[in-house]
Amino acid sequence: MNVMPVPRRRNIGRVFVPKVTLAHGGGGKAMKDLVDDVFVSAFDNAALSPLEDQARFSLADLASHGDRLAFTTDSFVVHPLFFPGGDIGKLAVCGTVNDLAVGGARPLYLSCAAIVEEGVEVDLLRRIAASMAEAARDAGIEIVTGDTKVVQRGACDQVFLTTTGIGVIRPELHLGADQARPGDLVLVNGLLGDHGAAILGARGDMALDSTIASDCAPLNGLIDALLAAAPGTRAIRDATRGGVATVLNEMAQASQVSIAIEERKTPLRAEVKAFCEILGLDPLYLANEGKIVAIVPPDEAEAALMSMRAHRYGADAGIIGEVRQGEPGRVSMHTVFGGTRIVDMLVGDQLPRIC
Amino acid sequence: MKYVEEFRDPEKAQILLHEIDKLVSEIDIAKQRPIAIMEVCGGHTHSIFRYGLEGMLPKEIELVHGPGCPVCVLPMGRVDDCVAIAARPEVIFTTFGDAMRVPGSQKSLLQAKADGADVRMVYSPMDALALARKNPEREVVFFAIGFETTIPSTALTIQQAKAEGVKNFTVFSNHITIVPTIKAILDSPDLQLDGFLGPGHVSMVIGTQPYAFISRHYKKPLVVAGFEPLDVLHSIWMVLKQIREGRAEIENQYARIVPEEGNSPALAALSDVYELREFFEWRGLGSIDHSGVRIRAAYRDFDAEARFAMPNIKIADPKSCQCGEVLKGVIKPWQCKVFGTSCTPEAPLGALMVSSEGACAAYFQYGGIKRREAVS
Repeated sequence: MNVMPVPRRRNIGRVFVPKVTLAHGGGGKAMKDLVDDVFVSAFDNAALSPLEDQARFSLADLASHGDRLAFTTDSFVVHPLFFPGGDIGKLAVCGTVNDLAVGGARPLYLSCAAIVEEGVEVDLLRRIAASMAEAARDAGIEIVTGDTKVVQRGACDQVFLTTTGIGVIRPELHLGADQARPGDLVLVNGLLGDHGAAILGARGDMALDSTIASDCAPLNGLIDALLAAAPGTRAIRDATRGGVATVLNEMAQASQVSIAIEERKTPLRAEVKAFCEILGLDPLYLANEGKIVAIVPPDEAEAALMSMRAHRYGADAGIIGEVRQGEPGRVSMHTVFGGTRIVDMLVGDQLPRIC
Repeated sequence: MKYVEEFRDPEKAQILLHEIDKLVSEIDIAKQRPIAIMEVCGGHTHSIFRYGLEGMLPKEIELVHGPGCPVCVLPMGRVDDCVAIAARPEVIFTTFGDAMRVPGSQKSLLQAKADGADVRMVYSPMDALALARKNPEREVVFFAIGFETTIPSTALTIQQAKAEGVKNFTVFSNHITIVPTIKAILDSPDLQLDGFLGPGHVSMVIGTQPYAFISRHYKKPLVVAGFEPLDVLHSIWMVLKQIREGRAEIENQYARIVPEEGNSPALAALSDVYELREFFEWRGLGSIDHSGVRIRAAYRDFDAEARFAMPNIKIADPKSCQCGEVLKGVIKPWQCKVFGTSCTPEAPLGALMVSSEGACAAYFQYGGIKRREAVS
């Protein structure tokens, strides 16, 4: 990509022991070997491989993409590290890419900081790094700088990752949660709650056999297509922790409008519905890692919907509701049964009900 | 989803609502005051809010959200006991998820966990027993709560633990029984109820016979109700029909699950392991005779109350807290002095604000639409 040319390459170190020890965090050769073996070889790119203390970009190149930088960071502490449909590495790349893209930014570069617990298998780290590299390719971004720390057993849960990303926003885009207006329509790009249900299922303490896979995916391509088809789009948010319900509340609050959704139109996988039924959970609050909520003016909604459905990460997209004058900050749902209820923010986690 | 969707059919709902309207117009008391129907079980409260049923019913019907949320009626002193057990270094304290946030006088189990106690969320008492097998050097304590719905599974787990000779597993039993509680509510002088929706899953265990006194002695209709929205509307219709016809009977709307005679293996396990306590303390309702059960002497080795010293101090409910009046249906949640001010889901004073089945939390999360109409 558009990174300043750096002439020199170095020899890539290798780790020959099966597990990470505190020596790998000591700053000496063992640490260099670990970083090389696991991360540098997986992320291989011109900005990273010289292993300076920082990645360097040309301002002119950045400016060619737009007029504002977008800058974001996120930490990932998921348990288990590997789950159906993804792993902590894919999550760390997609999460930060999506946080940039929902602001209308073109994601360009990511950093990756890893905190590793001693005793973790080096192979596990290699798998995570390979998964990050693949997600980065899918998203069309580069991981250009990073850091690795090793901590004592018990000081973290195997691996924690932090990714920071920068992207550039085109001059004409001004997306914001405070931009929703009465009459706008509310779109989502597919089936809701898959990630939350997949993680709960993968933890295994429910003794439920489930086939639900996480929806974890980089959405910058889909958002590009959406913004091309519906340039008047007011706001986009990714519906991660707290789910669609939380995002809608944030938008209704920021724009001082009410939002009404139709339960009948919320796209849900039959397995996720059943999963929520059994555990007494509400799918609107389940986390997604590949779903956005977009607020689009009514005359562009159809084009927006078609653009999403044409994209591989938007096949099940739908219009789930509309923005109304109503009580500011209020989100309500017309239930399948014909009643209306309020969809509020949750205080903490959703907890399964006892009976 | 089969066996679920057919009970959520909006067209059938419209037919039922039409019939309900018709019945209400033929009932005389509805001309003076709302017809008050209590749903005893928290599961019903949850359905009512989740599907927006209150807003669909005619305004002449007032649903009173009863005491059937086991998390909500847990007194602070018992939570303090939990926290004290959980704080012991040898203990792994296991609990259902929604009991984690119930406030004690000092802290909740969630806060105790943050302070270093080993508190773990489980989904069944069998999970707790499995933890005990896996951690023979630790003491695993299961925090047992719930009505007759959950008592048999605790009883069976204790029987299993005894059969296997597991030495490091005990149960802190806070199981309660529904019938004495309904009786206490009926005896309450400040109460005006016209009928009940009976708890579906409790009845699946105990059958419908134990409610006979409600129709015989108190002359109130009770319909054992299922939990899907059509079940709830159908049951309300059945209660109204009894009122209109001047009957007070125990009827079973949930016959697809609830046998009249109950579930005899479950009842056998229950009475093998458990006996009635003379009384049990309820949050908001005070002490109710014979409303709790304790583990029998034969299973004393599995009784956390016998194994661990605990404070066992009775903590009075906060003075400003009106959980009791809400539970009895004397006031609506939003009429409580502290609702939404010093008692919120973020910082609950009373337990009704904690569980999603608690009337106050349900109003906070799902409610409001009908309430606002009523206020304005």
